[in-house]
Amino acid sequence: MMQNKSTEIIVGLFVAAGLAALFMLAMKVSNLGDFTDEAGYQVTAEFENIGGLKVRAPVTMAGVRVGRVADISLDPVTYNAKVSINMYSQFDTIPLDTSASIYTAGLLGEQYIGLVAGAEEEFLQDGDVIDLTQPALVLEQVIGQFLYSKAEGDE
Amino acid sequence: MINWIRGLGRWGLGTFERLGRGHLFLMQMMAGVPSLFLRFSLVMQQLFSVGVLSVLIILVSGLFVGMVLGLQGYNTLVDFGAEESLGVLVSLSLVRELGPVVSALLFAGRAGSALTAEVGLMKSTEQLSGMEMMAVDPIRRIIAPRFLAGIISMPLLAAIFSAVGIVGAFLVGHGLLGVDDGAFWSQMQAKTDFYDDIMNGVIKSVVFGFVVTWIALFEGHDAMPTSEGVGRATTRTVVHSAFAILGLDFVLTALMFGDE
Repeated sequence: MMQNKSTEIIVGLFVAAGLAALFMLAMKVSNLGDFTDEAGYQVTAEFENIGGLKVRAPVTMAGVRVGRVADISLDPVTYNAKVSINMYSQFDTIPLDTSASIYTAGLLGEQYIGLVAGAEEEFLQDGDVIDLTQPALVLEQVIGQFLYSKAEGDE
Repeated sequence: MINWIRGLGRWGLGTFERLGRGHLFLMQMMAGVPSLFLRFSLVMQQLFSVGVLSVLIILVSGLFVGMVLGLQGYNTLVDFGAEESLGVLVSLSLVRELGPVVSALLFAGRAGSALTAEVGLMKSTEQLSGMEMMAVDPIRRIIAPRFLAGIISMPLLAAIFSAVGIVGAFLVGHGLLGVDDGAFWSQMQAKTDFYDDIMNGVIKSVVFGFVVTWIALFEGHDAMPTSEGVGRATTRTVVHSAFAILGLDFVLTALMFGDE
C-alpha cells in the first residue's frame, strides 16, 4: 500500500511537470499569452497600399503596443485597403487626428502600423476612422523612383 | 531460380502475416483499454515505469539539444545580424520537430526496449499462458495498461523536452552569447503559433507514443520464447520504432505544414 501511494505521488508529479511544460510552451513561447485584446474599441484606417501587413500585426504608438490589426479587406469603391484595428481599452485618450503609417521592423522584419498622435482635443472612439494614413514602403517602387530621379538629374 | 522466387514468396507471406498479426493485436489491445478506467491503478504503475523513469534522460538530452541549437543557431544568425531571431529558430525547431522526434527516439530506446524485454520474458517464462489458465486475459491485464501509459506519457515527455530545450537555448543565448533577453522571448512569442506549432507538435508526439508502444508491445508479445528471441525482439523494437518515427514524421509534417 505504501509503495502504491508513493508511486501515485511520483506519477502525479510527472503528469504535473508535463502539463506545466505544456503550459509554459503555450504562455511563454507561443502567442497564446497575449490574447487579451478582446476588450477594446475598433477603429478603421484606409491605406493606399499595405505591403505585407498581416492580421494580428501590432499597432504601436511611440513604440508601445496599443492595439492589433483585427481585419484587412479591400474597399470596393476606392480600391484601397481597409484595415480595422482593435485598440486596447486602456489607451482611450488618442487624439482624433492621429496619423497611421505602415513600417517594417528591422530590415527584413514584420510590418506593423505606427501611430503618431495629433493635436485634436477629441479622442478616437469605437467606429471612428483614421483619415491621415501613409502607405507601406514597397522596395521596388522606392528603387524605381530613385532610378527615375537619378536619370532626370543626369540630363 | 525457382527456389529464389519461392524464398521471396515466403518472405512476403511472412511479412504480411506479421503485419496482420500486429493489427489484430492492436485491435485486441484497444478493446482492452476502456475497462482500464475502472482499474486505473494498473495504468498508474505503468505510468511510473514508462513515463517517470524516462524523465531524467529526456531532461538531460533536452537541455543539451537546446544548448547546441542555441550555439549553432547563433553562429549562423550572427552573420546576418539577426541573432535576435535565435528564440524563433529554437522554439520552432524544438516545438515542431525535435521535441516530438528526439523524445520519441529516446522513448523507444528507454521505455520501448524495456517493454519488449519485459513482455517477451513474461511470454518465454510462460507467465502469460499461466494467466490465461487462470482465466485472466493477459492482453487486458498486462498489455493494455502499458499501451495506455505509453500514449499518455509520450506527449508529456515531449512537452518537457521542448520546454527544457528552450530554457537551455536561453541560458546559452542570453548568458553566454549575450542575445537580448527581451528580443529572444518577444520574437519567439510573435512567431510561434499555439495551434499551428505547439498543438501540431503535441499531435505528433501522441502519434509517436501510440506507434512506439504498439511496436514494442507487439514485438514482445510476438517474440520467440527463448532468450535469443527476446533479445532479437528488443533490437527490432528500437530499429522499427526509429523507422516508424522518422517516416511518420515526414508524413505528418507534410500534412501539417506542407501547404504553407
